[in-house]
Amino acid sequence: MVELIVVGTSLGGLNALTHILSQLPATFSTPLAVVQHRHRDSEHLLVNLLQSSSRLPVFEIEDKLPIQPGAIYLAPADYHVLVERDHFALSVDAQVLHARPSIDVLFDSAADSYGPSLLGLILTGASHDGAHGLKAIKAAGGLALVQDPATAECAIMPAAAIAATRVDYVVQLTDIVPKLLELCHPQLR
Amino acid sequence: MLQQAAGPAVAWMLRPMTQHEREDIELDLLLEGISRYYGYDFRHYAPASLKRRIWAAIRTEQLASISALQEQVLHDPACMERLLLSLTVNVTTMFRDPEFYRIFREKVVPRLRTYPFIRIWHAGCSTGEEVYSMAILLHEEGLYDRCRIYATDINERVLSKARSGIFDLSTMQEYTQNYLRAGGTRSFSEYYTAAYDHALFNPRLKEQITFSQHNLATDGSFNEFNVVLCRNVLIYFNKQLQERVHNLMYESLGMFGVLGIGRAESMRFTSHEQHYKELHPGERLYQRVV
Ligand SMILES: C[S@@+](CC[C@H](N)C(=O)[O-])C[C@H]1O[C@@H](n2cnc3c(N)ncnc32)[C@H](O)[C@@H]1O
Repeated sequence: MVELIVVGTSLGGLNALTHILSQLPATFSTPLAVVQHRHRDSEHLLVNLLQSSSRLPVFEIEDKLPIQPGAIYLAPADYHVLVERDHFALSVDAQVLHARPSIDVLFDSAADSYGPSLLGLILTGASHDGAHGLKAIKAAGGLALVQDPATAECAIMPAAAIAATRVDYVVQLTDIVPKLLELCHPQLR
Repeated sequence: MLQQAAGPAVAWMLRPMTQHEREDIELDLLLEGISRYYGYDFRHYAPASLKRRIWAAIRTEQLASISALQEQVLHDPACMERLLLSLTVNVTTMFRDPEFYRIFREKVVPRLRTYPFIRIWHAGCSTGEEVYSMAILLHEEGLYDRCRIYATDINERVLSKARSGIFDLSTMQEYTQNYLRAGGTRSFSEYYTAAYDHALFNPRLKEQITFSQHNLATDGSFNEFNVVLCRNVLIYFNKQLQERVHNLMYESLGMFGVLGIGRAESMRFTSHEQHYKELHPGERLYQRVV
């Protein structure tokens, strides 16, 4: 059973994320935690943008925020997000691969806390962030899903993820939500 | 007798521990050892980020497990000192989150003006960037000479850097922008002199500042303050330790005193939520009202 989905993306992520969120049904109960690389001064605009295309509530993560079903959680600018067993924790540790928030930090800690009940998703992006994290998710028995680099706005991030580990599924953007439904909520399909 | 001795071994064989569970034990033992031998209590730090930093330290020490680090740390104080530096994350910036300072000027400064004498506590001040930022702000508002600023941190190394008032010249461009966005009224370069790749801040700025060591996990309240700032420190603690620190800060604030926390920190998950009023929507500045 997938209990948490972690998502990482950078360049092109806004389009990909709004597409995915607009496709998710209101009854989709598996929580999603998202790292989208962005400038450290970007205020709360991204949350509002994502909320406007989502039926599910979108929250910017605060320290110790409980992880609840049916919600989308977004990493705040300039903080790393880590996953504890039932809540999020933040840190301002040094950047990892020039990024804070870092996809690897989110994925590594989520793999540690959720093990086999975790699904990692890498979308379009322009760095290698997330590759290490996706490998950690696989090592802990979780599922790995990657956007097809050939159809991604920027292929670098998905290609790096595929090169780093044996991913379970590589699918184009429009097939991601159907795949998530199949893996997390077969009854909703 | 024989049966009793065999009991646990058999139980272990029936359910061998995962690597994960073993690591949790190793971590507990390491933190217990450090606390008992060196008196630094990391047992109630938030585990996920703590583990990440401990593994980074294990790699730098070229060791292979948490237990190996435990042995090294307990036998070699120099290793403990390195570990202390890597466990306490000292990343900081002048006028970090400029909006916070802008609202501080707007909403807190007018209240401070009504006091003849102002006491401020920066808890977890790291290398002091935040403290100098506040000193500049108070100076520009004409309040600095009435202030006494207590800046504390667990880590003596960062405190001595803070006392020096010397920062990296290369960061000044970013800090200048932050300063302006924070409502700064002068030219930021008035406050420091550049020498080689350093910026030496005007020593006047530290006249009212006392830097000293204080551990939020184990030490108590030491004064009553009008303002307590503790930003991006609570995130490193688990809920239990956060609760302790919130108690400490609450006790250290006079009635109507002001508490400032980090941008992504929240009062919502603490028992003190009802004791404060938010001073400005969305900004992490609270006034003690109970
Ligand atoms: C990320 S820095 C925050 C600096 C500054 N307040 C800011 O927001 O830019 C965190 C600081 O908390 C300090 N710290 C960690 N544990 C502490 C404790 N138990 N007591 C006091 N300070 C602590 C660390 O040494 C570090 O300097």
